[in-house]
Amino acid sequence: MKRTHPIITSLALLTMGFLYLPLLGVAVFSVNSARRGLVWKEFTFDWYIRLFSNERILEAAWNTLLLAVISTILATILGTVLAIGMDRFPWSKRTRNFLDIVLHIPVVIPDIILAAALVVAFGLLRVVSSLFDPGLLNMIIGHITFQIAFVALVVRSRLVAIGRDVEEAARDLFAGNWYLLRRVILPLLMPGIVAGAMLAFTLSLDDFVISFFTAGPESQTLPLYIFAAVRRGVTPQIHALSTLIMIITVIIAISTERLTRKDLFGREKK
Amino acid sequence: MKNRLIMIWYGELTTRKSLLRRGLVFLSPGMLWLMVFLVLPGLVLVAVSFATRGAYGQLEWEYTIENYRRLMGFSLFGWTSDYLLILWRSVLVAFITTLVSVILSYPLCFFIATRKERSRYLWLTLVIIPFWTNMVIRAYAWFLILAPEMPFARLAASLGFIAEGSPLYPNAFAVYIGMVSMFLPFVTLPLYASVEKLDWSLVEAAQDLYASRIRVFSQAILPQTLPELSVGVILTFVPAMGMFVVPDLLGGAKYMLVGNLIQQQFGASRDWPFGAAISMGLMVLTMITLQIYRRRSKETDHR
Repeated sequence: MKRTHPIITSLALLTMGFLYLPLLGVAVFSVNSARRGLVWKEFTFDWYIRLFSNERILEAAWNTLLLAVISTILATILGTVLAIGMDRFPWSKRTRNFLDIVLHIPVVIPDIILAAALVVAFGLLRVVSSLFDPGLLNMIIGHITFQIAFVALVVRSRLVAIGRDVEEAARDLFAGNWYLLRRVILPLLMPGIVAGAMLAFTLSLDDFVISFFTAGPESQTLPLYIFAAVRRGVTPQIHALSTLIMIITVIIAISTERLTRKDLFGREKK
Repeated sequence: MKNRLIMIWYGELTTRKSLLRRGLVFLSPGMLWLMVFLVLPGLVLVAVSFATRGAYGQLEWEYTIENYRRLMGFSLFGWTSDYLLILWRSVLVAFITTLVSVILSYPLCFFIATRKERSRYLWLTLVIIPFWTNMVIRAYAWFLILAPEMPFARLAASLGFIAEGSPLYPNAFAVYIGMVSMFLPFVTLPLYASVEKLDWSLVEAAQDLYASRIRVFSQAILPQTLPELSVGVILTFVPAMGMFVVPDLLGGAKYMLVGNLIQQQFGASRDWPFGAAISMGLMVLTMITLQIYRRRSKETDHR
C-alpha cells in the first residue's frame, strides 16, 4: 500500500471541502426555519412542502422535464442513426473528416457561441413563421443540436468497440439489412445508446446558457427560475429547490452508472 | 468506374455505390439537422457580425467592419481598451482557473489513487457529484457561503478588506472561487484515470536516485500523466473563457467577462451585430487554444 504525504492528504481533503462546503451550506439552510438571514433557528421541512404549492416552480419543473425528455428522445434517435451512418459505410477520408469536424463543433465550442448563433438564426426564421418565437420549441431545437453530437460520439465509440465480426457472421448466414440492424447491431449497441441517452438527458437538465438565450416568457425551466430568483435575493425556498435538484442529480448519476455497467470514465468495471 | 465494381463489404456482396446510397439514408437525418441548426446559424452569425444595427436594434444588411473596429476599441471618441480588456481578462481568468484546478487536482488524484479499492470508488463518486450538479445551483451556493452573515465575509470585514456587513461578492475574488469550484472536476476526472495507472516503479527509481521532490514530479510523474492532463486542461480552459453564469452572479459589472458582454448585446443592448462580432472574437480565441492543444498532443505522440 502506497502512502501519501500528510501535506498531500490535507490538501486533498481541503479541496474536497472546497467542493462540498457550498453545497452543504445550501442543504443545511434548506431545513432551517428562519425566513430571513442566515441564522440557524430550528429544523423544518416546511420549505420543501411549500415548493409543491408554488405554481411557478411546478411549472418550471414540468418544463424542465418536458424539454429534457423530448430533446433526449429525438437526439438519441438522430444521434444513433448518424453514428451508424458514419461508422459502417465506406466513406472517403475527406467526407469522414468533414463529418468528424461538424460533429465535434458542439462539443468543443463554448456554448454561448452556439446560443448566440441560434438566437440570430431563430430571429431571422421568425420572419417566416411565428413558430420560432422564443419558447419551448426553440429550446428543444437548441438542446437537440448539442445532444446529437454527444450521443453520436458515445454510440460511435461503442460501434468501434463491438467491431464487425458478429455482423459479418450474420451476413454469412444470409441476414438481410433490416434483420441485421434490428437483431444484431441494435442489441449489441444498446449499452452505448443508453449511455448516450443518459448523457444527453443530464446535459439537458444541466444546461443553462442555451435555455437562457432561447427561452420565452412562458417557458421557464428550473435553472432559469433559480437564476432569476438569486438576483432578487436568496430565500429558503430556493435552498430547498436546489437541494432537491442536487439529490435528483445524484440519483440520476448513480443510476446511469449502474445501468451502463461501467464507471463514469467508460472503463468496464471489474 | 470504382463505384460500379462489385465488392465484398463485411460479408455483403455489393457495390460501393449502393453501399454509399444506403449510408446516406443513415447519415442524412442527423447531418441535415446539424446543417440547419448548427452550421447554417454559425454562418449567419458570421454574416451578421458584418451587418449594421438599426436605430431600434433591428438588423440592417449594410456591410460594415465597424463591429470589429469597435471590439478592437476604436470608437467615435477615440481608442479605448474596454472591450480588449474584457477579452484579455477572460483569457486570464480561464488561465488562472485552469492552473489552480491542475494544482489542486494532483494531490486529490494521488490521495484517491492510494485509497483502498472500495473507498476509492466512493471518493470518485464524491468528485463526480458536484460535476453533475447544475452550474447555476453551484454558483448560487457560493452566493450563500460568501454572504455577509457567514464567517468568511465576517473575517474579511474584521481584517478590513470589505465594509462591515457587506458580502464577499461581487468581485474578482468571488469569480475565481466560483470558477475553480466549477471546473476543478473537469481536470480531476481525466487526470485521475492516468494517476491510477501510473507506473510507480519510475517514481521509486527516481527517489532511489535521490531526485528532489520537484524532479520526481516533473520527470517521473508529469510525463506519464501529460496526455490526460492536457485533456483536462482543454476541457477547462475553453468553456472557462466563455463562462457566463459565474461572472454574472459573482462578478457583477465589476468583473465582466466576454460571456457577459455577448449576453448583454443579445439581451439589454439589443445589438446583434456587435454581439456576433464578440462571439467571433471568442471563437478565434477558442480556435487558437485548440490549435495549440493539437500541436502539443502531436508532439507528445511522436516522442
